[in-house]
Amino acid sequence: MTTLTSAPEQAVPAPASASAPRRRGRRARKVTSAGPLTHVLLGLTALLSVFPLYWTAVAASKTNAELAGTPPPFLPDADLFTNIGRAMEEAPIGLAIVNSVIVAGCITVGTVLCSTLAGFAFAKLRFRGNKALLGLVVGTMMVPTQLAIIPLFILIAQLQWVDHLQAVVLPTLVSAFGVFFMRQFLSQALPDELLEAARMDGASTLRTFWSVVVPVARPAMAVLAMLTFLTAWNDFFWPIIALTTENPTVQVALAGLGGGYVPDTAVIMAGTLVGTLPVLVVFVVLGKQIVGGIMQGAVKG
Amino acid sequence: MTIASDDPRVAAAAAPPPSAPPAPATAARRRRSRLTRNRWGYAYVAPFFVLFAAFSLYPFLYTAYISLHEVRLSDIDGAVFVGFGNYTELLQNEFFWNAARNTLTIGILSTVPQLAIALGLAHLLNYRLRGRTFFRVAMLMPYATSIAAATLVFAQLFGHDYGLINTLLEAVGFDRIDWESGTWTSQIAISVIVTWRWTGYNALIYLAAMQAIPNDLYEAATLDGASRWQQFLHVTVPALKPTILFTIVVSTIGAVQLFGEPLLFSGNGMTSGGVSNQYQTLGLLMYDQGWTNFRLGQAAATAWTMFLIILVVVGIAGLIARRRARAER
Repeated sequence: MTTLTSAPEQAVPAPASASAPRRRGRRARKVTSAGPLTHVLLGLTALLSVFPLYWTAVAASKTNAELAGTPPPFLPDADLFTNIGRAMEEAPIGLAIVNSVIVAGCITVGTVLCSTLAGFAFAKLRFRGNKALLGLVVGTMMVPTQLAIIPLFILIAQLQWVDHLQAVVLPTLVSAFGVFFMRQFLSQALPDELLEAARMDGASTLRTFWSVVVPVARPAMAVLAMLTFLTAWNDFFWPIIALTTENPTVQVALAGLGGGYVPDTAVIMAGTLVGTLPVLVVFVVLGKQIVGGIMQGAVKG
Repeated sequence: MTIASDDPRVAAAAAPPPSAPPAPATAARRRRSRLTRNRWGYAYVAPFFVLFAAFSLYPFLYTAYISLHEVRLSDIDGAVFVGFGNYTELLQNEFFWNAARNTLTIGILSTVPQLAIALGLAHLLNYRLRGRTFFRVAMLMPYATSIAAATLVFAQLFGHDYGLINTLLEAVGFDRIDWESGTWTSQIAISVIVTWRWTGYNALIYLAAMQAIPNDLYEAATLDGASRWQQFLHVTVPALKPTILFTIVVSTIGAVQLFGEPLLFSGNGMTSGGVSNQYQTLGLLMYDQGWTNFRLGQAAATAWTMFLIILVVVGIAGLIARRRARAER
């Protein structure tokens, strides 16, 4: 696993001292302008990326017969709102959105906090066994979800947490990626001198964390928060085991909607649209930051 | 896992103003020893490790324990020790081999095109580009879409009678395809969903690595008269090898666990992966064993087998990386 984590680091040597403008100047020389063909190919890819999402809105407003017509329809119509209303009746999508906001919000706050604390310790504090513990964290990233769900299910059944949101929140707070991400950031961004200065000033360890570490860590915490929220909102496997459609997250509600008891495709598509829209709106607003965050170093959830 | 602080802008923004003049050597030594003996480290990692122990480590071990027992979901306390019985039964089970085969073929059908397209896209995105933020954000939209939403939409698009894809096929003179019922067609359709969701994401990972390739290499290649394509093949791709290996490993870990797409693609929420199990993956089989047939021991054995498969893949990747590192030295 160590080879895994070190490999991409080698791929991207850290130009830590290079100032932004200098770097841009260097890139401008290197990078050739794109020709029309490049724009066409990229435009086509962008279209393919966005089209299925747009099609959800079209399919949500048409009957099956209309969808199969030649040429097929390419604009949604007013039936969209009727079908959204029907989808909200068939599946508790309003409740699901509220639940997803609560679940993803709690997971985000908890994960960012735990990851920053542990990431700081692994980056800057030397304590006995720190290397072994970090190895354990990194190794966890390749363990499949399947390996944990049977005992977790038994556990939440015994605690009578099935259908309660904490059953989804608590196990999902464990983010090995978050710890590793914060560690990598802080070991470079936080100078030892700063910690030493805080200690000289007589700041307690906790005080040092809040007044020195957190301000430095803030950009990375923001990136981690965005990625964690997205992953938590879209999480599928554990929520469909821990929750039922009685008290679902969006993904559980969508799985129920697509699970066969609604025969009308337009209603399923309408539900999909409503369930996906909140995160897509957030994505359009914060898209640039999320792209930047992933390019700085993201790993599949 | 290219790292946050590799971006000079973030590092610059985050780095505090230069602090006091460099401490004398003795102070540095004292500081190091102070940091070395910092017991506060345990307090900082404690919140993570308490959660980790309760919700990861304990379940992993308990799953191993369960995999050696015959356990029913209805009677968890009535576990009977069967040794490696669940594993030997699994290896003799045709459903296991079917699921393993399906996981492999869907894994190849989704990972290979996904990474190849991503590499090409990253190359295009690396040109000086008008509207580059737009292209990047648009390409990442599928990543922001959930598995459930993506699968429901694509199940509609691949529908036999009303799906847009069949409508288009018919318009250009082909017959309608029953995507869901065929083995290859259903696996291709599921692979399309996976590819759609992950290609843009991987393109951005490759793009980040490409931007770190030193310009001198390209200048030298240009002087040698290399065309753009040759530069891509002989400069870009070799420089990206560690990143490519990394994305292969991450995609493979994802492919072994594939679950949501085959579960929802059927349109009836069944765990069988089609009427003849034509797209039942290992993830789906495990869920089927545990939550449809209530045989937890079998499901746990399948889960551990999946983990062992991942370990083998990661081990092979590690060997390749180490051998290359040695060759370069």
